[in-house]
Amino acid sequence: MNTLELTGLGPLYDALRRAGYTVIGPTVRDDAIVLAELDSIDHLPYGWGVRLAPGGYRLRRRDDGAAFAHAAGPQSWKPFLHRPRVKVWEADRTDDGFEVKDAAPEPGRLALLGVRPCDLRAIAIQDRVLTGGRHVDPSYAARRDGAFIVAVNCTEPGETCFCVSMGTGPQAGPGYDLSLTELTGEDSLRYVVDVGTEAGARVMGDIQAGPAEPAVVDRARAEVTAAADRMGREMPALGLRDLMAGSLEAERWDEVAERCLSCGNCTMVCPTCFCTRVTDTTDLTGDHAERWQLWDSCFDLDYSHLHGGDVRSSPKSRYRQWLTHKLGTWHDQFGSSGCVGCGRCIVWCPVGIDLTVEVAALRAETAQDGAG
Amino acid sequence: MGRPTLAVWKFASCDGCQLTLLDCEDELLALTGRIEIAHFLEATSAAGEGPYDVSLVEGSITTPADLERIRHVRAVSRKLITIGACATAGGVQALRNFGDVEEFASVVYARPDYIATLDRSTPISAHVPVDFELRGCPIDRRQLLEVLTAHLTGRRPDVPGHSVCFECKSRGNVCVMVARGTPCLGPITHAGCGAICPAYGRGCYGCFGPSPNWSGARPNTRGLLPWLDMTEDETHRVLATFNVSAFREEQGPEPLAEEASDDASQ
Ligand code: SF4
Ligand code: SF4
Ligand code: SF4
Ligand code: SF4
Repeated sequence: MNTLELTGLGPLYDALRRAGYTVIGPTVRDDAIVLAELDSIDHLPYGWGVRLAPGGYRLRRRDDGAAFAHAAGPQSWKPFLHRPRVKVWEADRTDDGFEVKDAAPEPGRLALLGVRPCDLRAIAIQDRVLTGGRHVDPSYAARRDGAFIVAVNCTEPGETCFCVSMGTGPQAGPGYDLSLTELTGEDSLRYVVDVGTEAGARVMGDIQAGPAEPAVVDRARAEVTAAADRMGREMPALGLRDLMAGSLEAERWDEVAERCLSCGNCTMVCPTCFCTRVTDTTDLTGDHAERWQLWDSCFDLDYSHLHGGDVRSSPKSRYRQWLTHKLGTWHDQFGSSGCVGCGRCIVWCPVGIDLTVEVAALRAETAQDGAG
Repeated sequence: MGRPTLAVWKFASCDGCQLTLLDCEDELLALTGRIEIAHFLEATSAAGEGPYDVSLVEGSITTPADLERIRHVRAVSRKLITIGACATAGGVQALRNFGDVEEFASVVYARPDYIATLDRSTPISAHVPVDFELRGCPIDRRQLLEVLTAHLTGRRPDVPGHSVCFECKSRGNVCVMVARGTPCLGPITHAGCGAICPAYGRGCYGCFGPSPNWSGARPNTRGLLPWLDMTEDETHRVLATFNVSAFREEQGPEPLAEEASDDASQ
């Protein structure tokens, strides 16, 4: 479809609101750029960047006013689509049994403003997991159906990003309604807008944006292409799946288990991890019961609890489950990698465990074994 | 059939956990509608005879008399639930396990020979079988209600053993350790508080004791301590609070201040 140009995002924000969307986007809170409901387009993180390291995240001031020159933040869009806590149903005792009520309907439609290419792919992966099979997650499906996606191409990758290795960025793939490329200039921010869907075209029609000049489009494309050479990490995808399957007995797992705390942060910040547990509660009267679906993680000891004990009782077996699922068995289960290269698990691991380093070490160890 | 009876018992402790029961203001009426509180010295001086359907036990075992009394409590209780860091891990008074009690006593008391005390402060489970351990310093009100409600319904209480980080991430806290460098014990601490401290920008103090993610082994303090950005002395102290005996490896009676680094060198 056609390519348009915008100066500033105020009109787009207003059009999304007019179309009935709640706009979620990046904003500065608690020393980080988080994703939250935006009351105003002025709350975008203009002029803020980030410095990323294993186990470390710091905001930094930029010398331009860019709103999207920061890499992945503390959480992805997952908490908005695949909620940490979902009430599945509730039931009340009646004179002749009990009555089950469905949980409250999901609230209004969300516009996700500023979805990075890696996160866009992650949403597609969660679509496959949570709605692509026989058992659809109704809460996710309802939120996802109503969602409008404004992607943003990356021109400033972070120190822990490796979307190029995973083939997910820095240019947004399919799945967006609109896609932006931000261009900083003397006093104004300009955006080259690619329209991906009819819904996107309607929103753009509402603000009557003009077509982008070819020179501006060229500059935008060139900045995104250049970003591909500035990835902070790499993790060659070739052979990853076989590496995972072939290194289950590697010594490296013992080594990483010495450092891993089994805290579960990596799975919770990962935009593709989907695991949940289900719990039933009753109240004090004994006449009201509820069933809840809550985020879970393979780092939780109870996650592998079966009659007779915990299947993955050692931290080593849990770290191995996480990495081999993301990079190996995910292919068998869902036909793709479970990693999109966003780098969040590296940054938000409190002890800085870096999967790209672990993979490199596993490669080196198995290569050595093979040679020797 | 009458309502099940509940007794509340106290050993070496500060009463804070028992008071959590009184703190259940909104639910207290509904609770007493389902349970008869038969023995609870904090709330009333009337003490029932027993036996009791459920006993909540607060406090640790620190004296020879405690040893006798906990056996009595066990004998008159169908279900025994320990509440709080003292009862589940020995409490802050378990600092004595790392020192020399006779020496403390001789410094603190004019007539140390009047003091009948054990040289260690130990959890209830070290002496009698315990049906459920509810952690925290103090325990969390919602979790106490959950445990009692689950008992009344005959289901398993939903008291997950994962880390405080789970609660942080579920409520959308920005990690204070990663984003600010604030030392936090959350990654190795048992969830239950709802990640209150990180929600207010502070690190976790480990009030709920270690998360059982290690299947009986020691929590991975060795993995975490180097990342806390603290001096050796500070890291030593940070583990020496309400759950000291659960977080720290015992090294026999050595004066605290002179003790070398915790366990990083082993
Ligand atoms: S495994 Fe790590 S880098 Fe890959 S998608 Fe998940 S959080 Fe991002
Ligand atoms: S890595 Fe663990 S938490 Fe993530 S999807 Fe796989 S099993 Fe679930
Ligand atoms: S890899 Fe890091 S974030 Fe993941 S469980 Fe281990 S210590 Fe926690
Ligand atoms: S603030 Fe503490 S408890 Fe919360 S995620 Fe970070 S390390 Fe874990």
